[in-house]
Amino acid sequence: MIVEGKVLKFGDKIDTDIIIPARYLKYTDPQYLAQHAMEPIDPEFYKKASAGVILVAGKVFGMGSSREQAAIALKAAGVKAIIAESFARIFFRNAINNGLPVITLPNATKEINEGDFVKVNVETGEIIVNNTKVLKGKGITGMPLEILKMGGIMNYLKSINQPN
Amino acid sequence: MPQTLTEKILSKAAGREVTPGDVTEIKVDIVAFHDLTGYHVIEVMEKAGMMKIFDKSKLVIAFDHLAPPPDVRSAEIQDQIRAFVKKMSVPNFHDINVGILHQLLLEKYANPGYVIVAADSHTTTSGAVGAFAQGLGASDIAAAVITGKTWVMVPQPFKIVLEGKPGKWINGKDVALKILGDFKADYFNGMSIEVYVKEPSAFPMDFRATVSNMGIEMNADALMFVPDSETVNYIKANRGYEPPLVTPDHGVKYVDEYTIDLSKLEPLVAAPHSVDNVKGVSEVEGIEVDQVYIGSCTNGRLSDFEMAAKIMKGRKVKTRCIAIPASYELFKKAMELGYIETLVQAGCVVTYGTCGPCLGGHFGVAGPNEVIVSTSSRNFKGRMGSADSKVYLSGPAVAAATAVEGKITDPRRFP
Repeated sequence: MIVEGKVLKFGDKIDTDIIIPARYLKYTDPQYLAQHAMEPIDPEFYKKASAGVILVAGKVFGMGSSREQAAIALKAAGVKAIIAESFARIFFRNAINNGLPVITLPNATKEINEGDFVKVNVETGEIIVNNTKVLKGKGITGMPLEILKMGGIMNYLKSINQPN
Repeated sequence: MPQTLTEKILSKAAGREVTPGDVTEIKVDIVAFHDLTGYHVIEVMEKAGMMKIFDKSKLVIAFDHLAPPPDVRSAEIQDQIRAFVKKMSVPNFHDINVGILHQLLLEKYANPGYVIVAADSHTTTSGAVGAFAQGLGASDIAAAVITGKTWVMVPQPFKIVLEGKPGKWINGKDVALKILGDFKADYFNGMSIEVYVKEPSAFPMDFRATVSNMGIEMNADALMFVPDSETVNYIKANRGYEPPLVTPDHGVKYVDEYTIDLSKLEPLVAAPHSVDNVKGVSEVEGIEVDQVYIGSCTNGRLSDFEMAAKIMKGRKVKTRCIAIPASYELFKKAMELGYIETLVQAGCVVTYGTCGPCLGGHFGVAGPNEVIVSTSSRNFKGRMGSADSKVYLSGPAVAAATAVEGKITDPRRFP
């Protein structure tokens, strides 16, 4: 599973209230949520992301709330994968459950710059920057990979729990 | 092998011995959701065509985020969930007049050694009684509702020891902020924190609930208090039975250990816009404040209102002040003890059992450039309303002192 795109870069502790403010949580429609992704720090985010981008961020990306709309909003806005120095646990699972690849890479914000073009191997965690520099992140394996490949936890459940 | 509390609970739930780093399926003892995430959980179940509940007695639903509904869509969401409750005959359903989900889990359902998962990040609160409790997204909770199972990566255990007795205006919030200030918000990612209290009665359940609640702000997988006599007393007083205790084995190893002397703590605040931007209250004294909020699943309990009432007694508030006990039971007790009357006489707006202001939902949303002092758990940019507002987090004593002075005030000025 390979994804690629231009980098939009953020710092540490990007929290869920930044990713999608609570006032938008009464709906789950991806297109509606996408328009408000990252709104408190960048109201133009969904325009910048629409071409298909890779987010690069610092520590505990997605910290805070359990709102699954955080992953849904980013994916629908055009985010193809997120490379962060670390992820908050709930966000990491929500991303996987919605088919959004999340790669952990220490020093991600030092190694990769805004506007770089990156190619990410989701399973091995290999990241190629501007077709030259090769970085080794932590890919997705085991049960999370199975869930990601099936496009989410419910499809995964259906596949292992055939209805009677 | 001696086991930590984390290993003991997760090994039992997995049906095999597990150690940190293991990825394992586990059985859950309680699964829960509220209105704002609950409709999403039900939507996922419907889309998957799997409308079933693994064990109805183990599902808890409470309305709190949209209680009472601030708009038509919120009312519609609650009606959808009421229809689900009726159709599926869910026994443990709490409508808008009962309380905030995490407070209800603590009061009525959580036991030492339980695995509790709910569609809300502050599920960590039930760690106060020694349950492995964590928040999950709507899809993961839908899966848990259907199967009674979820998966975890067994976290690395970290030990915190609380010793000594806290001073008059010190509360669980000051301990939570002390930990956040010293370690920062990313340190405990992938760890579970096990807290040992040397003198159990010196750090009561209300204080423990605040610290466990903010375990998620520390990005801990769980923050559990090792069950002791205080745990037994709390559950017995609320439910009339003595729970079996589950405790870590002696001589067990932790990745590290940290001790807090409660007697040395000063009132702390987290300044905008980060939970780990922690300062002593004296460093921010004098900042003008527009609104004070005392309440939430973090600090909306009896001891919080007792502290606030002591400061507000016979005084008037100079800021707008909103006070929200976390449940009906707490509201009633606070009324019987005279705290509610004191707050109302002081000029506070009082209700109970809603999360409204904490997440910028309703009942006191922050306007542009406003400064808020809040006893809730998050001061992220835009969390309580406008992205141009500023939120200082504190315990109830700082909040009440600030409300009566109109600016951030050290409660130690009040004898």
